[in-house]
Amino acid sequence: MVEERLIGDDGLREDGRKPDQLRPIKIEAGVLHNADGSAYVEWGKNKVLAAVYGPREVHPKFLQDSTKAIVQVTYNMAAFSVDDRIRPGPNRRATEISKIIGEALEYVILTHHFPRSSVDVYIEVLEASAGTRCAGLTAASVAVADAGIPMTDLVVSCAAGKADGQIILDLGKSEDNLGEADVPLGYIPRTGEIVLLQMDGHLTKAEFEKAMNMAMNACKDIYEMQKDALRRRYAVGADEDKTPTQEVIE
Amino acid sequence: MLEKQDIQLEKRILVIPGEELGDVSYKAGTGTYRKGEKIFASQLGIKNIRAGYINVIPLGGKYLPRSGDSIIGIIIDLGPSSWMININCPYPAMMHVNETPWKVDYGDTGRFLKVGDAVLAKIAQVDETKRIQITMKEHGLRKLNSGQIVKISHSKVPRVIGKGGSMISLIKEYTGCRIFVGQNGNIWLDGEVEAVIDASKAIEMIDREAQVMGLTDKVRAFLQEHSHLQEKYQTDSDELETVAQQPPEPEEETQSGKEDNEW
Repeated sequence: MVEERLIGDDGLREDGRKPDQLRPIKIEAGVLHNADGSAYVEWGKNKVLAAVYGPREVHPKFLQDSTKAIVQVTYNMAAFSVDDRIRPGPNRRATEISKIIGEALEYVILTHHFPRSSVDVYIEVLEASAGTRCAGLTAASVAVADAGIPMTDLVVSCAAGKADGQIILDLGKSEDNLGEADVPLGYIPRTGEIVLLQMDGHLTKAEFEKAMNMAMNACKDIYEMQKDALRRRYAVGADEDKTPTQEVIE
Repeated sequence: MLEKQDIQLEKRILVIPGEELGDVSYKAGTGTYRKGEKIFASQLGIKNIRAGYINVIPLGGKYLPRSGDSIIGIIIDLGPSSWMININCPYPAMMHVNETPWKVDYGDTGRFLKVGDAVLAKIAQVDETKRIQITMKEHGLRKLNSGQIVKISHSKVPRVIGKGGSMISLIKEYTGCRIFVGQNGNIWLDGEVEAVIDASKAIEMIDREAQVMGLTDKVRAFLQEHSHLQEKYQTDSDELETVAQQPPEPEEETQSGKEDNEW
């Protein structure tokens, strides 16, 4: 099936990574002025912006729950986020991703503190290169914490999969398109709880477990990056008049 | 346990949701949750141990009203016998005509308060589904006819007030403004145009740099440098140093929202 080799003879992948190596990740918290909380994630070539508003009143009213807050996530890919322009607006894939990310976040947010309200999360993919749902969930979780919304823990997300017959971590674009399987995972490292798990393709049980372990270990590293981003948000010396936004745009 | 308390109070520890704060020898306070034998942070904020409780003082988040809070609200809707008021929280608050000092005829609410008007009020009641009722039937509560409202994060209100009201009296002293700080983060300022601008700049600075140590001194320096009153003093006496010793301006409106969790 695979014409092109995705993993070279030296065991390194197309972009020079080892099988269990993540792409470089950069997380920034509090980048948007008008949102209650926000985060920006650069994950390899992915560029994802997450904004959180709320808790605020639910519109339309019939969606509100008198016992708890609802979590509404909108995942959107910018028209220019991929090589060939993507038709703007929600589609089947975006709706699905919005739903699963919403459910993952709802698990950690203490929704019963805010009856009849809504936590609105907007995930905007500015540049996509495989693994945007993971980058999106990772960013959204930092943004929710940045908004000061009570939550039990941060959610981390990372994918593992199989390409060229090998189990690899954090699939790149060609590995995702041409590889055999992709397993995105949403994980809470401290408790070991899984809040998101999908699989595209085929894996044996042993392969699946290997992929899961690889993704879980990577999540622990990303968890530290998330915490670091939140700490940096408030560690910025007041004398430096450099806002995080300026750093991001460069 | 007392020793532990002292250590915690000295430095500000930033905690992140999910971070372990202590065991069950403490009680879980605000911004925390208990799971099994341990207490974890549920909000991004600063760890604080007081009277056997572990609390997290939030750095952000929406204002959640508690009964008794003094707030500044803005009218968003009129009913025949009540007003809906925006108090910077996820829910609108209701004020019934019986909760005002006026005698309002049915359907005549618009004569007293219109959409966009600001009021100084108090939270009367909050029920478990977060339906909020507010009142103006207490001494000092009124409609705000003049002045300007500045919005800050409610979590920074204690910083604006300062320990024992030190920060707020500093701003009053230098600008001569009348100031009222609502618990919901709305701050009302009234005075000379330039003085209000100075005061609002100082408040914005506090909002922006709330986590900085020694903020009171910084604000004092800022006010010394920027205060327009200072220019007046300068032309009067030609001496910079006298500014700090100037007697405080007469304060009519000295009351301010209660100070809760000074960091």
